[in-house]
Amino acid sequence: MKKVIEVFNRSISKSIKFLKKDKMAMMSVIIYLFFLIIVIIAPIIAPYNPHEIIKENGKYLFNQPPSFKHLFGTTNMGRDIFSQLVYGAGPSMLVGFVASFFVVVVGTLIGLFAGYYTGKLGEFLMRLTDLAFGIPFTPFIIVLISFLGPSIKNIIFSISLLLWRDTARIIRAQTLTIRERSFVEAARVSGASDMRIIFIHIMPNILPLSLLYGSLAMGWAILAESSVSFLGLGDPNSMSWGYILNDSFISQAMSRGAFYWIIPPGICIMLLVMAIFFVGRASEEILFPKLKQQ
Amino acid sequence: MSGKWTYIRKRLFQMIIILWIIATILFFMFRLMPGNPLVAYIEPTFDKEQQDILMKQFGLDKPLYYQYIVYIGNLFRCNMGVSFFYGDTVLNILKRNLPNTLYLTIFSLIAAYIFGIFFGILLAWKRGTKFEKAGNIGTIITRSAPQFWVAMVLLVVFSFKLKLFPSSGTSNAGVIYANELQKLTSPDFWKHLFLPGLTLFIYLQGLPTLLMRSNMFDVMGEAYVEMAKMRGLSKWRIMFKYAARNAILPIATSLALGIGTSMEGNVIIENVFSWPGLGKTLVDAVVNKDYPLAQGAFFLIAVIMLFMNLIADILYSVLDPRVSV
Repeated sequence: MKKVIEVFNRSISKSIKFLKKDKMAMMSVIIYLFFLIIVIIAPIIAPYNPHEIIKENGKYLFNQPPSFKHLFGTTNMGRDIFSQLVYGAGPSMLVGFVASFFVVVVGTLIGLFAGYYTGKLGEFLMRLTDLAFGIPFTPFIIVLISFLGPSIKNIIFSISLLLWRDTARIIRAQTLTIRERSFVEAARVSGASDMRIIFIHIMPNILPLSLLYGSLAMGWAILAESSVSFLGLGDPNSMSWGYILNDSFISQAMSRGAFYWIIPPGICIMLLVMAIFFVGRASEEILFPKLKQQ
Repeated sequence: MSGKWTYIRKRLFQMIIILWIIATILFFMFRLMPGNPLVAYIEPTFDKEQQDILMKQFGLDKPLYYQYIVYIGNLFRCNMGVSFFYGDTVLNILKRNLPNTLYLTIFSLIAAYIFGIFFGILLAWKRGTKFEKAGNIGTIITRSAPQFWVAMVLLVVFSFKLKLFPSSGTSNAGVIYANELQKLTSPDFWKHLFLPGLTLFIYLQGLPTLLMRSNMFDVMGEAYVEMAKMRGLSKWRIMFKYAARNAILPIATSLALGIGTSMEGNVIIENVFSWPGLGKTLVDAVVNKDYPLAQGAFFLIAVIMLFMNLIADILYSVLDPRVSV
């Protein structure tokens, strides 16, 4: 355990040093923290309840263009778009976080076992990974959500059910090379159990890689959630960005040219995913210094 | 060479097993779906007797294992049943919609790869400049933007504001193409294809661009490129004649892979543009609880994707003899 923490600390301090050097990575961390703060203080900065139908002087405010009172205007049902946007950060971040957590845990475990036990168990786990690669991602989520019912929990479950595959494959490849190293051999000779070798000796070495893949998975998960919500299969109780865009799509916001309704949610998704991908790219350079020399 | 054939045979066998597992998962998933599958097909006002007749007609009254055996047997004969919603056979509906998906995918993919190859070369050429940095960022932006949102923005601008392109479908209202040839030669069809194609293009071009760029960097370090530089050849010539020709090889693999991956991306785009392809069929079927059609569409998407992955693997092993199989 001490060793794990040590490795973890080392990679964190490396990351901080790197962020100071790379402006782009720094920017993405700032974007990321910005959204995180928005999630936390959403109730404070959102002027309205996102579901509230706004009434003024006895008149409902349908399709209002942007104004000081309604920064991004109102929907066709008279709801404040800015408030929806602020609350929309929550579901997206939640899906991204939890799904990538599952991806890291499941993908790492499967990759480790598949790489360490090269016998029947390893073979089985690799075939399982192949199967996961053989299932079309978006169609699968759509079908599964309609089966399980639209909720954040089910969306996270469906996404995680397939997204671990990339992590598992890369971790297996890495484990295969590490298990041949002399320190693993030494541990084995000195009588360490398989579990001890896997989790104490091998895992610290592959942890940074699985975290990198986890961070990329976060981006894919957020995109997947927004797509599913956009198709109208999202959680009706949570106002995610994809849900806002679905609302605008079916309410003919496009033919009215209501840019204020369409552009902001998309920009939010894009910024968040971009920030994640940039951090991913940045950490790729910490993990594989060779790439940087290229 | 015999090793290669064993490899291909092994991969083919593996693909069939995966398809069988997918078919099995699909079968049980759709049977266990909540709600009576007949709800979507018949009026709730039908009496019990009429419902029973329809249940029998679709074989829904038999035990599950029996349904499963019939289902797998039928699948081998490409018989995927009758759509609850349309009343037509699933095979017919898929046959009608598959070409639309293929047109959308293939034309966008070709455009994306041609663009990506040249843009990748350009980025490699301008290595270390502001232009390369901007190009890299731009590529990541196109990957981060949700496809349906890009589609919506394009629709607002080009369809609703400028009125340059139609917003949905494959033809103007009332026009029905007699056959695929007539469709492909109709300028109207191409006009309808443009926006969904552009959306897919924007999404797809990132991969070949980044791939070409990094391949160029790899190749440019090789001895024969150094040699060409020493011989004092022009940069243009070195780039295109020496480096690009070799850097392009791995792109072929990713092209096959690209067809597979864009099949799943199509699901979203087709729904924004009401493009009558496999993805739209799938989502409509899921929403209508049209189980046979949803199953069939999903299965076909999986078949195409797996087949393309197989081709990519084979291409990879043929093009790069260093790959041990």
